[in-house]
Amino acid sequence: MTTTVEAASTPPPIHTPLWRRLIGFNLLTAVLLGVGGYYLGWFIGRQIGFEGSFHYQHASDENDVSLLLAYFFGVIGFLIGLGFANYPVSRMIGRPASLREKETGGIGRYFGLCTDHKVVGIQYLVGIGVFIFVGGLNAMLIRVELLHDTPTAVGPNQYLTIVGMHGTMMIGMMTSGVLGPFANYFVPIMIGARRMAFPRVEALTFWLLMAAGFILSSTIFFGGFPTGWTGYAPLNDQAVWGMDSYICFFALVGVSMILLGVNMMATIMTMRAPGLTWSRLPIFVWSVYATAVLMVLATPMLVATLLMVALDRTIDTSFFIAGGGGSSYLFQNLFWFFGHPEVYILALPGFGIVLELLPVFTRKPLWGYRLAVAGMLGVALMSFFVWQHHLFVSGINADLRPFYMLSTEIISIPTGFIFMCVIGTLWKARISFTVPMLFCLAWTFNFLIGGLSGVFLSDAPSDTLTHGSFFVMAHFHYTIVGGLVFAFFGAIYYWIPKMVGLRFNDRLSKWHFWLMFISFNLAFMPLFALGMEGMPRRVSEYAPNLKPLNVWVSIWAFVLGFAMLLFVFNVVYSLIFKREAAEANPWRSKGMEWQLPTPVPVDNFPGDQLPSFDFEPYDYGVPPALGGGAQPAGAGA
Amino acid sequence: MSEPNHARRFGLIWLVATIVALPLVILLIGPILPPGNGSEQASGQVTDNTVLLAMATPVLLLVVIYLLYAIVCFRQPKGAALEGPAVRGDTRVQTAWIVITSVLVLALAGYGTVRLLSDYGSGTGSGPTPLTKPSGPKLPVQVIAQQWAFTYRYPTYGGVETPHLVLPVNQWVELNVTSLDVIHSFWAYQLGVKADANPDVNNVAFVKPTHLETFEVRCSELCGIWHGSMFDHGKVVTQSAFATWIREQQVKFAAATKVLPPYSKTYLPEPTRRGG
Repeated sequence: MTTTVEAASTPPPIHTPLWRRLIGFNLLTAVLLGVGGYYLGWFIGRQIGFEGSFHYQHASDENDVSLLLAYFFGVIGFLIGLGFANYPVSRMIGRPASLREKETGGIGRYFGLCTDHKVVGIQYLVGIGVFIFVGGLNAMLIRVELLHDTPTAVGPNQYLTIVGMHGTMMIGMMTSGVLGPFANYFVPIMIGARRMAFPRVEALTFWLLMAAGFILSSTIFFGGFPTGWTGYAPLNDQAVWGMDSYICFFALVGVSMILLGVNMMATIMTMRAPGLTWSRLPIFVWSVYATAVLMVLATPMLVATLLMVALDRTIDTSFFIAGGGGSSYLFQNLFWFFGHPEVYILALPGFGIVLELLPVFTRKPLWGYRLAVAGMLGVALMSFFVWQHHLFVSGINADLRPFYMLSTEIISIPTGFIFMCVIGTLWKARISFTVPMLFCLAWTFNFLIGGLSGVFLSDAPSDTLTHGSFFVMAHFHYTIVGGLVFAFFGAIYYWIPKMVGLRFNDRLSKWHFWLMFISFNLAFMPLFALGMEGMPRRVSEYAPNLKPLNVWVSIWAFVLGFAMLLFVFNVVYSLIFKREAAEANPWRSKGMEWQLPTPVPVDNFPGDQLPSFDFEPYDYGVPPALGGGAQPAGAGA
Repeated sequence: MSEPNHARRFGLIWLVATIVALPLVILLIGPILPPGNGSEQASGQVTDNTVLLAMATPVLLLVVIYLLYAIVCFRQPKGAALEGPAVRGDTRVQTAWIVITSVLVLALAGYGTVRLLSDYGSGTGSGPTPLTKPSGPKLPVQVIAQQWAFTYRYPTYGGVETPHLVLPVNQWVELNVTSLDVIHSFWAYQLGVKADANPDVNNVAFVKPTHLETFEVRCSELCGIWHGSMFDHGKVVTQSAFATWIREQQVKFAAATKVLPPYSKTYLPEPTRRGG
């Protein structure tokens, strides 16, 4: 890989003067058009509503019509401002398509529509990071409130809004937390492609998510919403108009997820380089594929359900209103049909990261590759058959509970495959305790606790005690924070040297890990006990005898918050101030991404040849190690 | 340096740990597991929780001890860059793993199903027509949830509606749980009862209190801002004390009972709408 090849294949960057950048399609225009669209929608809503010429509306629905239309037109304006309409409009009127999005140089492309999958990956990482920080602040506020057994610090109404924002923001953002940054960045490279199948769609998924994040944050201006992330009817119909922010947020996240899933599936299915058969795909790509399938199949249900909620709230339909012939069960049923695959959308990329990283740091091939693939696909398939275990005590289809018990417990078989692969890969390994590896080992422990506590929830008699209590809360935090978020941080420490060419301060990184691991377990382990002692979820007041344990949990939750601040400090210190260049391949990885130069060239594989994959993945542990497995074609030339 | 037999060594450690831990879990932790012995259902749940914990313990020990073992024994020597053995799988181990986990899982599901049906729903809300019902006379009690309180109607005592729940001991009780507005969940902690209250739904749970005690009632489904305040104490009393208490209630709420809507399994609510 020489620089001459690179220069010849890269088109010369388009240079634009600063004044020219400020007008035209960019983030500034997008914000202006977004605000304009917001007020246009608001105006139309007022006209439709009861102040205007149509008098059919219930008085209380007027604000909902206005706000939903305002959000809708605001998002459309925002996207047009970014330039998403340029390509279709140019093609429609027969003009050549704009090439602005192909712009290659400068920091400016990170702040606008860019179709380079590597830029989108970094946009995702930063954008999602900001909103996860907001969600984390909410978690801190929750724990402040729970320091006392009666509502004190924030009060019951704000408390519910904070709980709802925490859950909704975290779930909405972390759904794309791995596929957004890491799959967008690395899947094309790992499969030997130059781009994603639909680059404009790829950019669209990111900017939709950003618009959604702002919309959910704006709920605080509209009274918040009292429903938590599950948004159960008819509480969602009763709620004030902050609920519309939730509806709009989740619908946009849903659309973003569907598009992201379609894009990933199309890319992995059609754009693999020669020789990269399905049985040679890196396991991370498999996990992305399984996740994408779930996204495409489950999420439309969410979007449709939210549309029904919006109709209930605005034009007085009664899909979910018992008094009008609807059913509150219907919402639960539809929501969890999406909601359960959703939790595996969160978990599966974590499996992929851990299994992808383990071979590198154990210097062994992935043990049981086919078992791992079967595990992921099995989990993905089974996740569509278990959703009513969320409704074991609700009385819905009570006679079917043995079936849902069985299907839920069966899903632990393919999940067990993943553990088998971890165990097999660690067997007689040569483990290096690097920071990414520490996160992988922590994942194994945390997800084990999460999985085993799930046994108590999947068993209907035992679920009587734990259902809807802090036990559930601890369970899914162990699987999502302990599982996905730990894997996510492992991925950050593993791949950032490739993505930005800089390395983290090792001591700060290790401090971050140990602080996070210890405080996470000390904060969340007692929550199992709290749930079993009778503390329901989402309460701002609880039995006084549970106070000491709650104070303990809060203290360690603050330490966990501090660990996150330490990470932010590490990012600022290492990547902005210190800027030490990373080695080309600090982990001696044989993954395709590490065989490319840093920064990765715009077209990934310059020249006219794609790499050919004529070797097995995870080619470790074959002594003597001959020059590495994955080599781009022509690397030796 | 000769490599020790890791498989045998790890297997032994795990076996010893399991043999030590299992009796401790069953004999020491089992009896103190919630929700206690307030009713047949609660006692049954303690048994279930003990069984599940006993089944989870060997698995927990297996993975945790293995992780520690691997961290201690399978390290990269300092400063070295050795490669591990290039083993890509083992059909026998994989098959054994699949078979064992499948057996465990099917046993769990079978056990759960048997317990659920034989214990008449194990205190869960089992819908309007539960699959199994206790035979013999049952005291029907209606639990009406609304924002933000539970009230209780006794249809066999003239449909009187009381603000607190009192139940006779050693008597099968049929709880009919319904809601007037949003979804709530009736959670009688010491009785081991949890049943969602949905508007327009009669959700039945059976319970047989076995101890004279005070129990906590909570709402366990988010129902709006005072969700955490839906808290009350109920009481399990002797049969004769119950008879006295319910007569008092009938007298005390006689005027209110007259203006109540006639007893019904559900009360179709007006569509819930925000105020102006």
